[in-house]
Amino acid sequence: MNSVGPGYYLLLSALMFTVGVIGALVRRNAIVIFMFIELMLNAVNLAFVTFARMHGEVVGQVIVFFVLVVAAAEVVVGLAIILVIFRQRASANVDDVNLLKW
Amino acid sequence: MTWEQLIFGVVFVVALGSSMAMLFMRNAVHVALYLVAAQMALALAFLLQGAFFIAAVQIIVYAGAIMVLFLFVIMLLGVDKQEALIEPLPAQRPLAIGLGVLLAAEIIYVAGKGLELVTGAGANSAALNEINQNPGNVKALARLLFSSYLLPFEATSILLVVAIVGVMVLARRMSASDLVRASKNDETLEAA
Repeated sequence: MNSVGPGYYLLLSALMFTVGVIGALVRRNAIVIFMFIELMLNAVNLAFVTFARMHGEVVGQVIVFFVLVVAAAEVVVGLAIILVIFRQRASANVDDVNLLKW
Repeated sequence: MTWEQLIFGVVFVVALGSSMAMLFMRNAVHVALYLVAAQMALALAFLLQGAFFIAAVQIIVYAGAIMVLFLFVIMLLGVDKQEALIEPLPAQRPLAIGLGVLLAAEIIYVAGKGLELVTGAGANSAALNEINQNPGNVKALARLLFSSYLLPFEATSILLVVAIVGVMVLARRMSASDLVRASKNDETLEAA
């Protein structure tokens, strides 16, 4: 029935997660960094769905559901924080937010 | 070559290609659009693996609602601003890429080892197909969500309320009278 093995899906998931990590480390715009974090969450969701198929259960899909909800809450709060910082410093660049740096 | 392999090939190329393209786009809107493309491809991957409800939610909530929120904030902050290319830490970029490649190698190695350990990996997709036939994907998810996972489910509802209240507090602009009061407080502090 399913001719593509789970290993290929896990490979895609791992590669996308890595791209997300590199992007979050390399980019300077706070919103873009946030989008790479979303990419990492998506890659992990793919891994969960793959595990759900491997075990023949839907528990993995329930976890994905929770990840989606937490991601939504996280995005809303994070974007509000970026907005507040932008109001104070007129910049979304993470290098401009160095007040807490020693 | 079956249809499934063909579709998976397209999903693989589109998902990985658009997430790589996100790295090189300097305009934030382009990054957001490539992220939408990657999420659409992932929704297709979910469909291929029998996660029908999650695939629909992925498109509605992620590619729909969350990405609209992102674009909304990008527009609010000014879309014309290009990202600064000045790098305060010169070593960070090559170091990040090197460590990222190392991380990918690690994950792939561990996943490959794990797949070898799991007996009959991939053979269980028949069991999932059976669940998707009877009682059906959405029903099976709902049964789990409202029985074994009821407490986490309620916790997420509290989380959403907390997030809404927190955002309202964060994004609230002080009214003029509040500002006057705040500055008066500052003056009295300075005088004292």
